[in-house]
Amino acid sequence: MKYIDEFHDPDLARRLLDEIRATVTRPWALMEVCGGQTHSIIRHGIDQLLPEEVELIHGPGCPVCVTPLEMIDKALEIAARPGVIFCSFGDMLRVPGTDRDLFRVKGEGGDVRVVYSPLDALELARRHPDREVVFFAIGFETTAPANAMAVHQARRLGLTNFSLLVSHVRVPPAIEAIMTAPSCRVQGFLAAGHVCSVMGTAEYPQLAERHRVPVVVTGFEPLDILEGIRRAVRQLERGEHRVENAYARAVREDGNPAAVRMIEEVFEVTDRSWRGIGRIPSSGWRLTDAFRAYDAEHRFDVTGIRTEEPAECRSGEVLQGLIKPTECSAFGTTCTPRTPLGATMVSSEGACAAYYLYRRMNGQTPQADRAAREEMNPVA
Amino acid sequence: MPEQLADTVDPANWTCPAPLRDQPVVVMGHGGGGALSAELMEQVFVPAYGNATLAALADSAVLELDGARLAFSTDSYVVRPLFFPGGSLGHLAVNGTVNDLAMSGARPAYLSAAFVLEEGVELTVVERIARAMGAAAEAAGVTVATGDTKVVESGHGDGVYVTTSGIGLVPDGVDLRPQRARPGDAVIVSGPIGLHGVAIMSVREGLEFGVEVASDTAPLADLVAAMLAVTRDIHVLRDPTRGGLAASLNEIARASGTGVRLSECAIPVPDAVANACGFLGLDPLYVANEGRLVAFVPRQAADQVLAAMRANPQGSGAAIVGECVADHPGMVVVSTGLGGTRVVDMPLGEQLPRIC
Repeated sequence: MKYIDEFHDPDLARRLLDEIRATVTRPWALMEVCGGQTHSIIRHGIDQLLPEEVELIHGPGCPVCVTPLEMIDKALEIAARPGVIFCSFGDMLRVPGTDRDLFRVKGEGGDVRVVYSPLDALELARRHPDREVVFFAIGFETTAPANAMAVHQARRLGLTNFSLLVSHVRVPPAIEAIMTAPSCRVQGFLAAGHVCSVMGTAEYPQLAERHRVPVVVTGFEPLDILEGIRRAVRQLERGEHRVENAYARAVREDGNPAAVRMIEEVFEVTDRSWRGIGRIPSSGWRLTDAFRAYDAEHRFDVTGIRTEEPAECRSGEVLQGLIKPTECSAFGTTCTPRTPLGATMVSSEGACAAYYLYRRMNGQTPQADRAAREEMNPVA
Repeated sequence: MPEQLADTVDPANWTCPAPLRDQPVVVMGHGGGGALSAELMEQVFVPAYGNATLAALADSAVLELDGARLAFSTDSYVVRPLFFPGGSLGHLAVNGTVNDLAMSGARPAYLSAAFVLEEGVELTVVERIARAMGAAAEAAGVTVATGDTKVVESGHGDGVYVTTSGIGLVPDGVDLRPQRARPGDAVIVSGPIGLHGVAIMSVREGLEFGVEVASDTAPLADLVAAMLAVTRDIHVLRDPTRGGLAASLNEIARASGTGVRLSECAIPVPDAVANACGFLGLDPLYVANEGRLVAFVPRQAADQVLAAMRANPQGSGAAIVGECVADHPGMVVVSTGLGGTRVVDMPLGEQLPRIC
C-alpha cells in the first residue's frame, strides 16, 4: 500500500511552494481549522518552508482541547463509580480535569478503557450486562456519525446498560464566532477535510460570502495542505472569497448523506461551551428526547460539578489564533506535556503540544525559535 | 447570528488552564519506557538502592569480578496476548534479556527464568511458552541455567508473567555506554522499525491493517559480535524497545550531552507500520521494537560497520539514519522529507491513539 507516499513527494511539494511564492505579494493570515492539520504542518515543517508573507494561524479544531472542563469532570466522576466501564478514545485520558485525569482514575481502580470505536464500547456492554458501559462521545462532525450509530444499535439490540456522555461540537458556528470576534486577524480558512467528508460543503458558502473570506476544503497530508494554502493565497491575491474543494478525493458537496441522516436521527443542535473559548450558540449536538435513556448525564445525574481554572494558561488565545503557543510565558516552563496547564498541551492534536513536541529548539520564544530554525535549515 | 455571537464570545476571557499536579499513584505510563519510567527510576529506585553501577541506568550493568567483566541484566515480560504474529512471551523473555546483555557488547551465556502463573491457566499454554523459551535460548546460544515458579490466585495476574535474568562476558577493549556518544558519530539502525509494536496492536486491539505484521523479536548478540569484529571502538549500542527509537535516542543524547540529527527519509519504516501509525495517529519513531538496535559509530568506521551489519541476517536492513552533533545538546531533531525540521521528544508514557 503506497497510497500515502504520493502526498509526501518532495518534488511536488517544492513545485507547490514555488507557486505560492510566485503568487504572494503581501502578508496573508490563514487559519487551518483542524488540529490534525496543525500537527501535520508542524510535524513536516511546512510553516518553515512557506514564504514569510503567509502566516498560518492554528484554529480551535482539536476536539480534545475544546471539551469543556465541566464535561471532563463529569467523565471523571462517572468513571470512578463502581460497576461502570468507562470507555474513551485514547487521547482523552491525559486531559486534566479540575483535580485529576482519567489515567489517575484508572490508577485508583476505575475501569477506564481505551477503545477505537464506540461500537467497541457497545460490544463491551453486550458482553457485560451487569455493568454500566459509558462512552465519552466527544469530537466534531467526524466522530458524530459513529457515535450516533452506537446509540442507534444499542436501542435496536435492546441494550439498557449503554450510554454516551455527549460533548459534540460543530465547526461552522466556531468559524462564525472567530470571524465575528473584534480581534480576528484571519483572512482565509483551510476547512477541515474530514469534517467536510461527512457534512459536505453546503454550510460554507454563506460563511465565505458573509465574511468575505476564501474557504478551501483541505486534507491532511503535506501536499494536501500546500495545495490548500496555494488556492487560498490565489483567491486572496485576486480578491476572491469562495468555497473551493482541494480535497476532492474525500469530499463531495453533499458529504456523506447516510452519515448525516444518522446524526439527524439521534442528535439535535444545542448551544455548547468550548473549553478556553466559552459558549457558542448552536455549536454542539445533544441526544434527542427519543434517545434520552442513553444520555449518561441524565442516567448518572452528575450535577453540582464545580470546576476551577486558574488564570495562567492562555490556550484560549491559542485556540482563537490570537497568539502562537510559544508566546505564552508558561509554554515549556510551567506548562509541558508532563505538567500541562491546559488541554492544548495535552491533546495529540493540540497546537501547544505540536509546538512542544516538534518545534522546541534552542529557545522557546518565537524569535529564538525562528533563529534556531534558520540556523538548522538555512535554505528555508 | 453574528451580532449574538459577538456578544457571546469574548476573546479577552478565553482561557484554558488546569492545575499542575503530580501522579500520586502508578499509572500505565510508568512502565512505558518514557519520561514517567525514567522518573520512577530516578526518584524511587536509584535513591533507595544508591550505587554508582545502578545509577548508570544502562540496559545491563557491567560488573568487575576477579578480573573478568560481566554484563548482568534482568527484565520482566508481561505482554498480552501471550502469542502473537512472529513470536510469543517466551521469545521475548529470552531475546529481550539476551539483547540487553548484547547492548553492553557482552556475549550472553546464562539465563534464569522465573514464572508467575495465574491459577486456572492451561498447562499447555505454560508448556508452549517454555518450549518457545528453549528454542529461543538455543538460537541465541544461551543456557537457561536456573529458575523459579510461583502461582497467584485467579484474578491476581494476567495469565503468565516471566522474568529472566542473564549474564555474559564483555570482551576486553569494549566500552559501550550512552555517555560515549560523540559529535560526528554515525547513527545506524539495524533494520525496519516499529514491527513489534504494530504486530502486538494488531492482535491485542483487534485491529487489522490489511497485511499481517509479524514481530521483529530476535536475538542480536551475533550481530553485535560481527560489528565489534570490525572495530571495538563502537561508542553506544541500544535496543529501542518500549518508547521506540525516539526514547533510546533521547536517552543517549541526554546522557552524552550531544544532539542527534536524523534524516526522516533514511529511517526504514515498513509500509504496513507507516499505514497503521497513520491510521492510529502514532509516530513510528515511538513504536516498540524487540529485534533492532541503534548504534553510534565513529564516522570513519561507519561504512565498514554498516557493511558487516548488512552481511548478518539480523542486520540486513541496516541503514545510517543520522548523526550525532554538537548543536542542540540533549535533543533529537529530524529533517523532514519536505525539508523542514522538528524535534523528536522523549515520549511521556504510552502513545495514545488519537480521536479521529
